[in-house]
Amino acid sequence: MVCSRPAKGEINDMKKSKFLFVALALAALALWPLMAGQYGVDLVTKIMIFAIFALSLELLVGSTGLVCFGQAAFFGIGAYATVLLTPQDGAPSLLWLLPACVLAAAFYALLVGALSLRTKGVYFIMVTLAFAQMAYYVVHDTPLGGGTDGIYLLSKPVLGTLLDLDKPLVFYGFTLACLAGVFGFLALLLRSRFGRALAGIRVNEQRMRATGFSTYPYKLAAFVISGGLAGLAGFLFAVKDGFVNPELISWHLSGEVLIMIILGGLGHLRGALIGAFAFALLQEFFKSEAIFGEFSKHWHLGLGLSIIACVALLPRGLVGVPEQLAARLRGRLTGARGTGTTEVGNESV
Amino acid sequence: MDLTTFLIQCLNALQYGLLLFLVASGLTLIFGIMGVINLAHGSFYMIGAYMAYALAPIVEATFGGGFFATLVVGLVLAVLLGYVLEWAFFSFLYEREHLQQVLMTYGLILVFEELRSLLVGDDVYGVKVPEFLAGTLPLGDLMTYPVYRLFISGVCLVLALGMYFVFTRTRLGMMIRAGSTNREMVQSLGIDIKFLYRVVFAAGVAIAVFAGMVAAPVSSVYPGMGNTVLIICFVVVVIGGIGSIRGALLAALLIGVVDTFGKVLLPQASGVLVYVLMALILLWKPDGLFKAG
Repeated sequence: MVCSRPAKGEINDMKKSKFLFVALALAALALWPLMAGQYGVDLVTKIMIFAIFALSLELLVGSTGLVCFGQAAFFGIGAYATVLLTPQDGAPSLLWLLPACVLAAAFYALLVGALSLRTKGVYFIMVTLAFAQMAYYVVHDTPLGGGTDGIYLLSKPVLGTLLDLDKPLVFYGFTLACLAGVFGFLALLLRSRFGRALAGIRVNEQRMRATGFSTYPYKLAAFVISGGLAGLAGFLFAVKDGFVNPELISWHLSGEVLIMIILGGLGHLRGALIGAFAFALLQEFFKSEAIFGEFSKHWHLGLGLSIIACVALLPRGLVGVPEQLAARLRGRLTGARGTGTTEVGNESV
Repeated sequence: MDLTTFLIQCLNALQYGLLLFLVASGLTLIFGIMGVINLAHGSFYMIGAYMAYALAPIVEATFGGGFFATLVVGLVLAVLLGYVLEWAFFSFLYEREHLQQVLMTYGLILVFEELRSLLVGDDVYGVKVPEFLAGTLPLGDLMTYPVYRLFISGVCLVLALGMYFVFTRTRLGMMIRAGSTNREMVQSLGIDIKFLYRVVFAAGVAIAVFAGMVAAPVSSVYPGMGNTVLIICFVVVVIGGIGSIRGALLAALLIGVVDTFGKVLLPQASGVLVYVLMALILLWKPDGLFKAG
């Protein structure tokens, strides 16, 4: 809730600056391989995959107000489907493998969502966790997914002679295109009537029902879309590493991706993007032996302390930093502190 | 399964369930009363277990005391830790969204794990069972049962009864219950809610630390032990109904039974059983078994 409604021109300015930010970020990502070495390309590919994963969760948590603590299940199912569906002989075509993996994840999301959306709040958090743990134990304890050791991907998918995802640069470009596509798709989705309904559910579900919306199908649809997008991220992850193991479904990963979007700032698609990059780069920073030497093996300490500092100093997440700075410049920080973290519906991008 | 084995498994289930209850009760108190989702609760259990390992020689040297002296020193430290933590990290979070607290407590987990690694190292340690509890009781003709496990069950039961008494029969308990229902109203009646919160938080931490110390000789002490306990405790809290001590007790015993017998009867599926149970219960009763209030 914003205490004073900004003038129309100001809103347009804000929209422009957000668009500019996203466009610049994508452009920077596109230019990155020109200046980075193999390691840099590999790292950023991984971060972009996590950014897609974070975006999928942002649709649920930030836009709809459904805190899902089992998102890794959809990620993991997407990844496992990639490996299990790849035939023994020759590289599969991207054209059928990618949709199949997304659909597999979305199908599990449909099952989980249909049941768990009966509960609310913390109970919802825990039911989604329970279903993710079930998937985890199925993979972990049965020979289906290779057990605790995981399985290797036999050959990476191709698209005719056009795209060979085995080449790092091609894969980088493909991942970037997926990220841009998912971002654009979600931005459009949240502007649509459907997206407005989700924002309404987040702010006040009771009132949405009173105005005649049956909220359950909307929430379920958001859940399935989110699951499918997480499946896409899982697909990319499996192709990148060429290897899957049960850790991809563990609750640690569900927790981490949740931490990413909270760190970035909930209620903004940019937040998921920024959060994924910030989280991964903080990890890289504290792990770096060049800076911390021997101490780098205790990198969790630095990461934990930075997270605590973020919570204490940045109530709106990293996304809110420019606003906070601007408010401080105008000497209005004391006034701005009282406003909540929920944003108005039309600030979804 | 013959009768003796069955009896032993029942005792194991009871002991595991009661221990779970002890950890989960702190979690449900802090969540139900203060509205804080405390992911770091498992870390307090871990800290307790490591205290049992690391404090014992120090206490031995300074006080010459044994097991109980270590417990007392550990408890005092735990209360102090809880009090300071609430003051430093939680007191400014109550007005914020729940998810901000999740982020904060996640950061605390990382810090606690790493401090543990810096101070004690990453090895697995065993903790000795105190001598006067090291014996076994004969069960039937062939089987025996360790006295220490019975001791754990007994201590947990006493604590559970004590908590019940404090909650229902004392002025403090009344204030805590009132505070969980309506914070502003309690404050306007002249009760220092901030102090009350600090006390509740310190008590929750102390119970978890105590559980860790008591469990250390049975479970041994290893890195990451807090995380395993944390998730199971959340399951207990949610099945029981958030904020309900009674519900937590029932849920913990239920999980103790399901987990223990699952490991014996269906070893392939033992991990998943607890979660299936939780999903079923929540689909049947979306607010847990006992709604607090």
